[in-house]
Amino acid sequence: MAQLFGPSSNIYSKLSILIAALAAAGGVTLVMAFERSPYRTNEDVVYTQPIKFSHDHHTAGLGIDCRYCHYTVERAASATIPPTEVCMNCHSQVWADSPMLEPVRSSYRDNEPIEWNRVHDLPDYVYFDHSIHVSKGVSCFSCHGAVNEMPLLERGASLQMKWCLDCHMAPEKNLRPPSEVTNFEWTPPADAGDEYYLELAAEAHVAGQERLWSCSTCHR
Amino acid sequence: MSTPETSSAATVGTNPDLTPPSDRQILSPDHDAETLTNKVSSIVFGRTPLWMYGVFALSFSLVGLLLISVVYLVVKGTGIWGLNIPVAWGFAIINLVWWIGIGHAGTLISAILLLLNQDWRNSINRFAEAMTLFAVACAVMFPLLHTGRPWIAAYWLLPYPNTMWLWPNFRSPLMWDVFAISTYGTVSLLFWYVGLVPDLGTLRDRAKNIHLKRLFHSLAMGWRGSAKHWHNYEMAYLLLAGLSTPLVLSVHSVISFDFSVAQLPGWHATIFPPYFVAGAVFAGFAMVMLVMIPVRFAFGLHDMLTSRHLQNMAKVTLVTGFIVCYGYLAEFIFAYYSGNPYERYAIAENRPFGPYNWAWMMLIFCNFLAIQPLWFKKVRQSPVALWVISFIISIGMWLERFVIVVMSLHRDFLPSSWDRYAGTIWDWGLYLGTIGFFFSLMFLFIRFVPMIPMSELKILLPEARVKGDGHH
Repeated sequence: MAQLFGPSSNIYSKLSILIAALAAAGGVTLVMAFERSPYRTNEDVVYTQPIKFSHDHHTAGLGIDCRYCHYTVERAASATIPPTEVCMNCHSQVWADSPMLEPVRSSYRDNEPIEWNRVHDLPDYVYFDHSIHVSKGVSCFSCHGAVNEMPLLERGASLQMKWCLDCHMAPEKNLRPPSEVTNFEWTPPADAGDEYYLELAAEAHVAGQERLWSCSTCHR
Repeated sequence: MSTPETSSAATVGTNPDLTPPSDRQILSPDHDAETLTNKVSSIVFGRTPLWMYGVFALSFSLVGLLLISVVYLVVKGTGIWGLNIPVAWGFAIINLVWWIGIGHAGTLISAILLLLNQDWRNSINRFAEAMTLFAVACAVMFPLLHTGRPWIAAYWLLPYPNTMWLWPNFRSPLMWDVFAISTYGTVSLLFWYVGLVPDLGTLRDRAKNIHLKRLFHSLAMGWRGSAKHWHNYEMAYLLLAGLSTPLVLSVHSVISFDFSVAQLPGWHATIFPPYFVAGAVFAGFAMVMLVMIPVRFAFGLHDMLTSRHLQNMAKVTLVTGFIVCYGYLAEFIFAYYSGNPYERYAIAENRPFGPYNWAWMMLIFCNFLAIQPLWFKKVRQSPVALWVISFIISIGMWLERFVIVVMSLHRDFLPSSWDRYAGTIWDWGLYLGTIGFFFSLMFLFIRFVPMIPMSELKILLPEARVKGDGHH
């Protein structure tokens, strides 16, 4: 009887074991890497908006505080997407005829809100409250990134649960004095060590593990 | 041993030239290595018998029902099932336990009976092991589907560093199930496949078609049947038997923890692990007989699957059935002895006299009364009687899980929360669908894989029993 397979099939059959193992390991690694990549999380991805609004220009350039527009951030769960009226406070006087701002004026004229695309959108089963974070001294920039350097807004973080927990397990690392949460020029004192941050946490009465690690703190 | 006529005339169907095996024999004395191989491999290489098209038509249409039930479940969610508080566990867990239990006969036959040198297992082990694999395949569908989103269940169940920074709850018996069942499935598959390798070599040598030859050659992984190959093979087979043996006991023990770790009267009993294991073997042997008796008749395999095989299986069924009935009795003793009014109510009042007492009474009929005829040799020798009893046992073991799951949940501590439960058409659709899936796989296996291990049967031939240890 003629041989069904040549001598080279010995090496192929053994190689196939190795290839199968590598393919399995590689496949799992690929999926896990994809799950963490911006393709999946949209981290650092710029969202298109109906108006080319520049956070860089309005904050770093003009020195407007975050809370001028996002004015409920200190007392409500939502930070507020500002209504058109807030834009018109200035733009009824400044650049009042600019064609770029026509959508703002027409929104004001027709009493139709501008439909911004939400950049930082948490799943509906997450109960997130801006006010508690801000009042304990978690800065805007800890989660939203260097907004003052973004001509067009990008998503500042992955918003994955692991990312939330990284901070909930050691919140003091992201604290600053509550008065400085919106100050993008703030830097910690030169001699700030672990004690400085732990003291900030103690002063703000940041809750302990049993609260911050509990499922029902965020999933109610 | 054999005349030229018998070896050339060995085809599908009862061979009139073969001396029928006696009541004690596990192989017709007229068989030799060649007639054995001819007969078993002719099922694989022959044409598909007409009756099999009927079986496939029926089981494939049930697979269609399975697909419809799964798609509708995924579209609509688990609300289409009959589950609600207080009965939050229904058909899904009943069917999981039922299917996993059915698989246990395969592992017992393959592993424990091998280690105990029970040579009658050689003819039935591949059949029973295939049953194990397909039953596990049916069983795992239920825990995955009961989440309503099976694609998510896969990453909820397995522990790995995920983007949620969460691990499954290792203190939960449901987590132990994941490990128990996945280990069981993996070891069973390896055991089955390793046992198949020499027979795949035989099929390669006998195949006429060159593509079929290449396929069997690849599947046989270059098996040549040299002394070294046989040595490695037997060592691997023995080691896998050693690995499988504890699984016979551990898998259904872990499944029983799903219930016994909970505090519900009717579940919280120390008898559960051995009671479940015995029930699994009981149900498994019943299912082996249920499928094997018609197949033995259809292919005329009376010379290889002899009356002794059926009698032995009937005896195992009787013994394990009695252990199960001891479990029923023990539950009553626990309920009485605990002095706990809730437990007494659940076991001694709600089961015999509650709204589901028909299920409990049928259970006692199926698993206790119906097995009593097995005491008589005449019954154990009658394939028809064994088939009927096996069928009744299969129903009885399903009812046992219904009694444990539903009857314990529907009336718990607080009468104001009592309610009734019934499976909906979709519960039944999924259940019948998995039965169709099981029989589809089973008959595809019977058609395309040698269902009787040719290499292991040859060990039983007189010429294999030479002085020294000359197995082959």
